[in-house]
Amino acid sequence: MTFSGVLAITLVLAVTVALAVPLGRYMYQVFDGEQVPFDRVFRPFERVLYCVTGIRPEVEMDWKAYLRALMLSNAAMGVFAYVILRIQAWLPLNPAHIGPMPPYLAFNTAVSFLTNTNWQNYAGEQSLSYLSQMIAITFLQFTSAATGIAACIAFLRGMRSRQANALGNFWVDLTRALLRVLLPLAFVWSIALMALGVPETLGGYVTVHVLGGGTQIIPRGPVATLEAIKQLGTNGGGFFNANSAHPFEDPNVWTCMLEIWAMSLIPTAFVFTAARFLNAPKLGWVLCAFLTALVFLGALVVYHAEAAGNPLLAKLGIHGPNMEGKEVRFGIPLTSTFVAVTTAYTTGAVNAMHDSLMPLGGMVPLVLMMLNCVFGGDGAGMLNILMFFIITVFICGLMVGRTPEFFGKKIESREVKLATAAMLVHPFVILIPTAIAMATPAGRSSIANPSLHGFSEVLYAFTSAAANNGSAFAGLNGNTPFYNLMLGLVMLFGRYISIIAMIAIAGSLAAKNIVPVSEGTLRADTFSFGAVFVAIVLIVGALTFFPYVALGPIGESLQLALRS
Amino acid sequence: MINLLRAIRFTFASAFVLGLLYPLFGCLIGWLLFPFSSQGSLMKAGREIVGSYLIAAPYKGPEWFAPRPSAVNYNGDGSGGSNDAPTSPALLQEVQANMRDVLKANPSLSAQNISPSMVESSASGLDPDIEFQDALDQIPRIAKATGMSEAWLRHLVESHVIEPRLGLYGVPMVNVNELNHALAQARKGNGS
Amino acid sequence: MEKRRSWSKAIAGRAVVDALVKFDPRVLVRNPVMFVVEIGAVITLLLTIQPSLFGIQSTGYQAGARFYNGVVTLILLITIWFGNFAEALAEGRGKAQAETLRRTKAELMAYVKRDDQWEKIPASALRRGDIVRVQAGELIPADGEVLEGIGSVDESAITGESAPVIRGAGGDFSSVTAGTKLLSDELIVRVTANPGETFLDRMIHLVEGAKRQKTPNEIALTVLLAGLTLIFLIVIVCLPPVAQALGVRVDITSLVALFVCLIPTTIGALLSAIGIAGMDRLIRFNIIAKSGRAVEAAGDIDTLILDKTGTITIGNRLAYAFLPVQGHDERELAAVASLCSLFDETPEGRSVVELAKQMGIEYRREDYARARNVEFSAETRMSGLDLPDGTRIRKGAADAMKRYVEAQNGRVPSDLDEKVENAREGGTPLVVVENDEVYGVIYLKDIVKPGIRERFAELRKMGIRTIMCTGDNALTAATIAREAGVDDFVAEAKPEDKIRLIHREQEAGRLVAMSGDGTNDAPALAQADVGLAMQSGTQAAKEAANMVDLDSDPTKLLEVVAIGKQLLITRGAITTFSIANDVAKYFAIIPALFSAFIPELGALNIMHLESPRSAILSALIFNAVIIPILIPLAMRGVKYQPQSAMRLLMRNLSIYGVGGVIAPFVGIKIIDLALTAAHFIGGGFSS
Repeated sequence: MTFSGVLAITLVLAVTVALAVPLGRYMYQVFDGEQVPFDRVFRPFERVLYCVTGIRPEVEMDWKAYLRALMLSNAAMGVFAYVILRIQAWLPLNPAHIGPMPPYLAFNTAVSFLTNTNWQNYAGEQSLSYLSQMIAITFLQFTSAATGIAACIAFLRGMRSRQANALGNFWVDLTRALLRVLLPLAFVWSIALMALGVPETLGGYVTVHVLGGGTQIIPRGPVATLEAIKQLGTNGGGFFNANSAHPFEDPNVWTCMLEIWAMSLIPTAFVFTAARFLNAPKLGWVLCAFLTALVFLGALVVYHAEAAGNPLLAKLGIHGPNMEGKEVRFGIPLTSTFVAVTTAYTTGAVNAMHDSLMPLGGMVPLVLMMLNCVFGGDGAGMLNILMFFIITVFICGLMVGRTPEFFGKKIESREVKLATAAMLVHPFVILIPTAIAMATPAGRSSIANPSLHGFSEVLYAFTSAAANNGSAFAGLNGNTPFYNLMLGLVMLFGRYISIIAMIAIAGSLAAKNIVPVSEGTLRADTFSFGAVFVAIVLIVGALTFFPYVALGPIGESLQLALRS
Repeated sequence: MINLLRAIRFTFASAFVLGLLYPLFGCLIGWLLFPFSSQGSLMKAGREIVGSYLIAAPYKGPEWFAPRPSAVNYNGDGSGGSNDAPTSPALLQEVQANMRDVLKANPSLSAQNISPSMVESSASGLDPDIEFQDALDQIPRIAKATGMSEAWLRHLVESHVIEPRLGLYGVPMVNVNELNHALAQARKGNGS
Repeated sequence: MEKRRSWSKAIAGRAVVDALVKFDPRVLVRNPVMFVVEIGAVITLLLTIQPSLFGIQSTGYQAGARFYNGVVTLILLITIWFGNFAEALAEGRGKAQAETLRRTKAELMAYVKRDDQWEKIPASALRRGDIVRVQAGELIPADGEVLEGIGSVDESAITGESAPVIRGAGGDFSSVTAGTKLLSDELIVRVTANPGETFLDRMIHLVEGAKRQKTPNEIALTVLLAGLTLIFLIVIVCLPPVAQALGVRVDITSLVALFVCLIPTTIGALLSAIGIAGMDRLIRFNIIAKSGRAVEAAGDIDTLILDKTGTITIGNRLAYAFLPVQGHDERELAAVASLCSLFDETPEGRSVVELAKQMGIEYRREDYARARNVEFSAETRMSGLDLPDGTRIRKGAADAMKRYVEAQNGRVPSDLDEKVENAREGGTPLVVVENDEVYGVIYLKDIVKPGIRERFAELRKMGIRTIMCTGDNALTAATIAREAGVDDFVAEAKPEDKIRLIHREQEAGRLVAMSGDGTNDAPALAQADVGLAMQSGTQAAKEAANMVDLDSDPTKLLEVVAIGKQLLITRGAITTFSIANDVAKYFAIIPALFSAFIPELGALNIMHLESPRSAILSALIFNAVIIPILIPLAMRGVKYQPQSAMRLLMRNLSIYGVGGVIAPFVGIKIIDLALTAAHFIGGGFSS
């Protein structure tokens, strides 16, 4: 670890915050509906879309209607993507003549992109046609992010309304998230990526005779446009198997930084958007400071572990950082930042193979996904933050002797019930499938590495699926009926149960009056409260997963330390 | 029912905009503005495409700058890493094998000064870059195999070095494709 | 009072037995956390009987497995018993009290009017609308309203207050309560409550906790605790397959032990005790709450609506200054005023004499035995003294006195109005006249109760706004408001104004508390989120309110708020403590579970506990004994000081959160040392 390395990490994260603040304001204006910037540019496009799809934007929805629309739209999109994957062989834009995707894998893939997870049990360059990359993958990468954003906006709107049932209109929120937030950003990013070397073409794979003799296939495709929304939408599913480690997806340090900023941008902006909705401007800075600090800390641990290198290889005389599964061009600090950011923001893109990280380096992404609310994904992460906020507010409210208030809304048993349910989902869908996988030959046979690390692969897979992250300890062979099915289900539960619970909470909070602030109110938008929030998130996370992390990366790390 | 219909209509409309218009428009812009990079940064020798600058090709033989080890044998449409755990015996075996190869090819090196990146396989299996020092370490071998002077090779490497950006990001490195392309041009020029 | 506070050994003794009865799973299931502990105990009990029951029995643990399983079972049972004991103890005080009350009730006899005859029947046969006769020395058989007569009543059975109170027909003092004793005279009472609905019945229910329902907040907390329990259940249940795949054979008994250590048993055991003790604390403050919900609501109060008279000021105005008009000096005025009030028995009158006395002016009643005292009447609005020599001294309201002087063709001094106005500020002017000559003005002032200002300041720190309601004019109200330090006031308030005020505050999202006693307060008491009625008040007020103060002290609202907050804080503190404890327990048990097979994990044994078994037993014993250690805290409640929410949070978090993390590290280590010293458990960590 060097000073310049730490500085490198710090600067990248600082730029994220600098970009996020104005975007946070913009997103607030977009969804608040008053004084929307560039309204004249976007409105005509929206009108056309509303007209074509029969959306009546003026209709206000209660929580049930909002949820119904959300679930139906997602169901339709999921089925659509599944069908495309199954019949891609017979559709146009398939220069590499790729066959249809088998059913289990297609189910897993459709669910994976629908839930913003982007777990990939396939290698993009071998399994998807250009059309599938565009109309199944890129498309879902937009809509899954927009769905998360809409769900969170609905919650925030519920927080602001006084004794009313309306959470807004799902279709309008979805459209605005797509057209006014994601599409313009994706456009800017994809052009920047192209300029920096990322391919964007419909031209087919090229087979070449290389200089050293022999042939090589150079795969290509519309990579830059996918790459942009892959990161901006905290999706993470790459065009190629190696994901952002692939030189076409991420050719240099500039693109690497652009991708880090892209995936951290919207979730960071969201804390500022939420703060405006909750009428607690300071909250944005409190959350941003604490959560960025956690990301920074995570990056530092990875940096420390990776820069120190592998002591077992040092015995052979190989000294220096752990370069197994890493690319030279990024350098260790930027690689470490990517590892922490991609899991904190539950994107799941990788520019190094997480399976080959040092045990403690690999523990960081695992833990960040277990916490699932260190910013988290677009919208969904903010929902998780709010869910943990409700739990924190409840416990702290007791400690100051008042029925807990959450930004003016009283938290009563209904909200606690739903928040507890949402909180339960995460450990449930991680631990139970992990136990099943470890207990069955079908689960164990996919493991690549021996002993404790092999367990880490399974634990990582289900944690990644539950957190809708998508990164992997990729040694695990996920393309089996068992994992395709199990991971698919875990992704669905991990995604929708908490969305359902949180929108139900929004419905019940919306109907409540807003209690005015007084001296007796526990202000949640203070750094002290932020510290308590972080402490509770860490303690609950630690208590839930400690035995498993002890059997995985901690045990492996201790073994490594004692063996060398 | 109306909701379901609306969901289906929205799916088709948005898939058209986001899944077709957006990437196709991207391709158009790439073709117009970035004709080189948008097509995959293809590397040509004369009129023939000999690979991509961004994709490490398998340079076998002592006369080429060797890229980093690849777990997928430089398979262009099958990128990936070894995914070996740091504690895995497979990793130890692989690294030991790579060390043997490197030491055999470059007798001037000793085990103590091999950098990890030359014996540990890359993440993509297609990493086109090697550390500056690794390129320098290979010069004696290449000089011997091609008859080019070490000074010229050193100059070649130095002229292609990519320094860390802003002094912070990355390590001093060179792109093997660029080096080998220049090497090939030079040899063609020499008529060898 | 004393008898309530006493904590007899009998109560504790009975709690010991009651705690055993509560082992009944049908009872225990109401408390999900303790219920799963009981299930755990059953599992370890089976393992004690047949150690290889589940097949998974590691070789390392083979030796003495049965003994170890037995010890774990015993500790689990003791853990449950501790929890039951806490609850039984909290209930015990109420039960003892309820028994006394019930005995009183059983003995009640009534003389009821049937066909114009007084017939003696048991009080339990009385119905609403019956007319009963109570004579001196008898117990009043039912709640009711006095129709005829007036008498002094000893209400100590209910209020604990031994000084008798006057009850009589009509007005605000007509309600009588069953179980109280008539000391003098005879009352004819109309019964207003059917058997089972009387105040006595309600009190019995309340103190017994028989009808105790979980409050909303308690339900929410129970849900959260159940959620945590479920998480830990999953954590534990998923461990064996994972461990087995890694070649680690885990011991079922140890897993049960880990599970019980992790789930929030401390708060689970004490939760209902905290609630009962909170109600009990109110009762000891002589306040009867009709539901636990009301007590919790009290902790949330944002706005306190208080009557000026009797709550903020002591009921009466007192002479504060003599303001002479032109041509007279202060001593002259004081002398006339003092003489005027010589036989005036009202507090105002006494205060005039008192104030003059401080100036050295004093008259003796004997010297004026032949003078005639003129009482105050609503008609004349003045009072005074007619001396034998024909001098007539009067004091009274300004306008009445002006008319009086003018009627005698006397002169109204030009500066009188000014003096009167001066005295109006926060008080009442009384003009003093001798014959037709105006001497000046007595400035009668409302006296703010001592200490009330500080209490309002405390409330403000807690975030509670105080609003004073008074029938006075705005000027007077403003002065008192300033002096007492209330945040707002409503002057010239009519009863409807109070309701309007409550509505306004509630619409803004605030919770409102108020106290009252009169019949016309009843709607407002019902509307308020917390309504505290005075025991001395009317039946209607008591019906409408959700709390009744037996001491009839309106300032008790402040205590009610504090008790409500304290109740929640105690719950929160013990919850936090309970969860924070888990950190240390993990560090004790995880290495103990796995280190036999993954020796490297022994590095996590940062407490350097002696052996896996001693580590697990130490954690488990700590987990059990922390319950009785915290019983006094649960009963007494966490100390509450009014301060801003954030400071309160930080204070409690540092004590119960940080303390909760540290305490078990120390405690478990000590228990481990003790176990090792006693050679209770042998065998070291394998690493």
